[in-house]
Amino acid sequence: MTAHTQGRVIPDRLTSPLARALRSWEALLLLVAVAIFIANSFASPYFLDPWNLSDASFNFTEKAMIAFAMAMLIIAGDIDLSVASIIALASTVMGAAALAGADVPVLVGLGLGTGLLCGAFNGLLVAGFGLPSIVVTIGTMSLFRGISYIVLGDQAYTEYPKGFGYFGQGYVWWVFSFELVLFAVMAVVFGLLLHKTNFGRATYAIGNNATAARFSGIRVDRIRFILFLLTGLCSGIAAVCLTSRLGSTRPSIGTGYELEVVTMVVLGGVNILGGSGSIHGVVIAAFVMGLVTFGLGLLNVPGIVMSIIIGLLLIGVIALPRLWRMWRK
Amino acid sequence: MSALLKSREAILALAIALLLVVIASRFPAFVTPGNLASVFTDTSPLILLALGQMVVILTKCIDLSVTANLALCGMIAALMNGAGVPLPLILLLVVALGAVLGAVNGLLVWKLDIPSIVVTLGTMTIYRGIIFLLTDGKWVNAHQMSEGFKAFPRAVFLGLPVMAWIAILGIVAFVLLVNRTPLGRAFYAVGGNPHAAVYTGISVGRTQFAAFVLSGALAGFVGYLWVARYAVAYVDIASGFELDVVAACVIGGIAIAGGAGSVAGCVMGALFLGIMKNALPVVGISPFWQMAISGAAILIAIAFNARGSGPKGRLILKTPEVRA
Amino acid sequence: MTPVLSLRDIQKSFPGVKALAGVQLDLYPGQVTALIGENGAGKSTIVKILTGIYQPDGGTIAVEGRETRFPTAQAASDAGVTAIHQETVLFDELTVAENIFIGHAPKGRFGLIDRKAMEAQAKALLASIHADLEPHARLRDLGIASKHLVAIARALSIDARVVIMDEPTAALSHKEIQELYDLVATLKAKGKAILFISHKFDEIFRIADRYTVFRDGQFVGEGAMADVNEGQLVQMMVGRSVDQIYPKRPAQIGAPVLTVTGYSHPTEFADVGFTLHQGEILGFYGLVGAGRSEVMQALFGITKPSHGAVKIGDEVRVIRSTAQAVAAGIVYVPEDRGKQGAVKGLPIYQNVTLPSLGRTSKGGFLRMAQEFALAREYTQRLDLRAASLDQDVGLLSGGNQQKVVIAKWLATKPRVIILDEPTKGIDIGSKAAVHDFMSELAAQGLAVIMVSSEIPEVLGMADRVIVMREGRIAAEFAGDAMTPENLVRAAVGIEGEAA
Repeated sequence: MTAHTQGRVIPDRLTSPLARALRSWEALLLLVAVAIFIANSFASPYFLDPWNLSDASFNFTEKAMIAFAMAMLIIAGDIDLSVASIIALASTVMGAAALAGADVPVLVGLGLGTGLLCGAFNGLLVAGFGLPSIVVTIGTMSLFRGISYIVLGDQAYTEYPKGFGYFGQGYVWWVFSFELVLFAVMAVVFGLLLHKTNFGRATYAIGNNATAARFSGIRVDRIRFILFLLTGLCSGIAAVCLTSRLGSTRPSIGTGYELEVVTMVVLGGVNILGGSGSIHGVVIAAFVMGLVTFGLGLLNVPGIVMSIIIGLLLIGVIALPRLWRMWRK
Repeated sequence: MSALLKSREAILALAIALLLVVIASRFPAFVTPGNLASVFTDTSPLILLALGQMVVILTKCIDLSVTANLALCGMIAALMNGAGVPLPLILLLVVALGAVLGAVNGLLVWKLDIPSIVVTLGTMTIYRGIIFLLTDGKWVNAHQMSEGFKAFPRAVFLGLPVMAWIAILGIVAFVLLVNRTPLGRAFYAVGGNPHAAVYTGISVGRTQFAAFVLSGALAGFVGYLWVARYAVAYVDIASGFELDVVAACVIGGIAIAGGAGSVAGCVMGALFLGIMKNALPVVGISPFWQMAISGAAILIAIAFNARGSGPKGRLILKTPEVRA
Repeated sequence: MTPVLSLRDIQKSFPGVKALAGVQLDLYPGQVTALIGENGAGKSTIVKILTGIYQPDGGTIAVEGRETRFPTAQAASDAGVTAIHQETVLFDELTVAENIFIGHAPKGRFGLIDRKAMEAQAKALLASIHADLEPHARLRDLGIASKHLVAIARALSIDARVVIMDEPTAALSHKEIQELYDLVATLKAKGKAILFISHKFDEIFRIADRYTVFRDGQFVGEGAMADVNEGQLVQMMVGRSVDQIYPKRPAQIGAPVLTVTGYSHPTEFADVGFTLHQGEILGFYGLVGAGRSEVMQALFGITKPSHGAVKIGDEVRVIRSTAQAVAAGIVYVPEDRGKQGAVKGLPIYQNVTLPSLGRTSKGGFLRMAQEFALAREYTQRLDLRAASLDQDVGLLSGGNQQKVVIAKWLATKPRVIILDEPTKGIDIGSKAAVHDFMSELAAQGLAVIMVSSEIPEVLGMADRVIVMREGRIAAEFAGDAMTPENLVRAAVGIEGEAA
């Protein structure tokens, strides 16, 4: 290099990662979570009981498992509205197999396998054929649950082998349920995957500008396909846990989960249009939603009111910062 | 001729005709004028909702809250009827309420620039939740509704029920609206090229707002029709029906990316689903198949619509190797 | 003569940027005024103010001497100001007549649009500009030149007094540009005031009557075109004279690096073959749409060729994806920087390392220190101007974004670098820097392909030029045969004889 193109040194960062973290959405959300926790503990004497808290975790663990994969999918600029229907189909497959006498490992394998297959189907249509993910997954949302209705009609599977109950009802140690531990493990795995690997970096690049990512040598369609696969797999995992916890399968199982999953992801600070967001944000959002649901439950507020609150949360977390900015102008 | 064959509407019409022929070959009674009229009547709510959804989709949005809006307005119509409010006033009020609920969606999309899918996923649960707050989950049953309230959609006029006439009126109104008014053309402009729309003095947000208000007003009106026809109102009526509404549009060739589609396509998409739904019990298939079939129909329609519109190569060579 | 439109002391600020600091502009009836300035001089901001998209923070707009405001796009249109843009701002799904009359369609009974009247009026308007288009044809079935005609008919339909043409020839072929010039003459004859924005000096000298120059959001000067020459305009634009835009220095041309044979695509190009050597800059010239970018994108794995072979050195490589192209040592700096270049939203260092993650990571896990080291090295080589490597690429100027894209590719240590219109839309200052750097890369032994539509650039930079026409190689020139006349003749075809 000749001297005149020898440029100046540009500093790596101007703000430290810590300073940035303190000013982030996630930090604010953590404050909210702590505030709700404190408010709840004052509002009800039953709140601080470890077993009650552990019970309450079932409110969000299954949804959060899907939310981790959904967060990555949304960061990459796609969405999967069929997750709740994948739960229904996977649960139906497991129920049918259980009726035919399959044992626990086979059931789990079938549940996860169905999830993977459904994810692959979505992924093929979106990444393989270039169809828009919103309509494709609205279609598969009907298709997957529709298959459950064809199989089950107004019937239900209720015969599951004895050991199968562990995934939704068992405890690993003291108050720590299998689901809670699995949730924690998946949080770490997805946190590492999104924030510490090449795959995660490519996910962000695709979400910010898929064309430029492709022009940078990223295998965009392959990554989008894998993300749908992961979302399907996580829905399969959630299906195993939920079916195990309920001990029965109806075609309506998990109806409306997609809304709560998307709400959790958006509440966690993931940009619904793709490009930014974090797994730790989703983890905190899961706790916030779990705590709100639990707290209202202690106050005997009916379930449908909670769904109003979830709807308000979904719109509110996006609307409030925008209103704030408008007001300041 | 080849241009006609290429149009989505023609292919869809062909598919519907084929469907009818297949059904008729086994069950000729299905294609009698009387039965077809009743299929049309049965499909009227779907047609009306799909027309509203169409203009929303044309502007690059989606309204998943239509059926929650429908359920809330239907419940309020039933409650007003119980309180002795005269029918014309009820009709006026449910349309107004539906428009207001649609306007809430529209305002959030327009003023706060929130993606419509998020807004309507949210309002979908909120609107249904409000029904619960109003009624504590209780049903309004047939015996709690006045005869006049229940009879209006079924009243026969010139051989067709009022419900069917309303659908026909809706179709005519939308043909005029979409093709012959500045607002109608603005729906296409905003969805087709939002950037350019701004330069021609069309406000993207305001047009999207108008689409949501229209969709909401129709949902409110259909809410009354629905509750009166089935003579029952409760929290979960028409739950999940929003997917059928979107399906009708997608099958009808309304481009989900906005800016393209026609009233004819939209109506035929709704009719396709309506015929399917009514034919299933006739041909001896369990109604539980319906959901999967409409899901499959959506997927086939999207794949079909995308066919040829994908990123083809540019046509540069004078004598290309294969004709595109 | 009094101006139709007169702007005085217009101010406009955006967060952190003063886009316009008191500029003035006068447009006269029957005259073409060229607005000249580097990128970032404030040209697009003034267009947006004139069309009611932006509101000025200060200053006055006067139409026919009367002070007015354009609070909305509709207001500007009502005042008779209309714009024909770089990308045609029309609607593919609407018909020609609907496009012309959108926003002001003739109304019939019940306030509904009167289609018959609309199509008749559209037909008359199109005839007045000698455009042979059907009013009921759908716009999506028309070519880009026809779309321009529709846009102009639209300008006439609202009885515009002021027509703004923002880089109208950017996407047009040679023949279409001629037709556009004729149209401008027609508009002038009708007494319209025309604001013409272009980067092409030959064009400006050909059709403009007056000029106005902006620099860094400030008014520099105005006058009659007859009173200036090219050098004076350049000096006004950049505030200094640019004597060395093409610093091509002789490089040692070595062994073949890239050999392409029989390269074909079903619709885009056929039978393209060439050899590129180490240290060589190979120019690709042709009209817009001649298939040059398409060949390059196939070489880079974006599209799939139907026939043909690619050899890197002596080794045949199959390239089916961009990842394989990068692995083979071929990289591509795209023409469309906004969409295909930098990943806006990601910080600079992540953009630079995106294709090199395999080297900076370990077992699939990121290593930040290695990433920053790599980004630091290459951004420094390119003399990038930025606050920090952690800064969002989207916040950089166009020229600096281009540097990030080039840094990204150099960091992969490529053997072949393809630059597609590397200086399109870049201001003159940055242009020289890019040319300088290109020479340097070639001198270091890299093989360079430069796709360019600017003849001076091709002649100034390339060692050899391949001219493409209609998807095929039309001619190849080297040495003394590299003349503007030869290039243009080959590009338009012999029967064109247009140069």
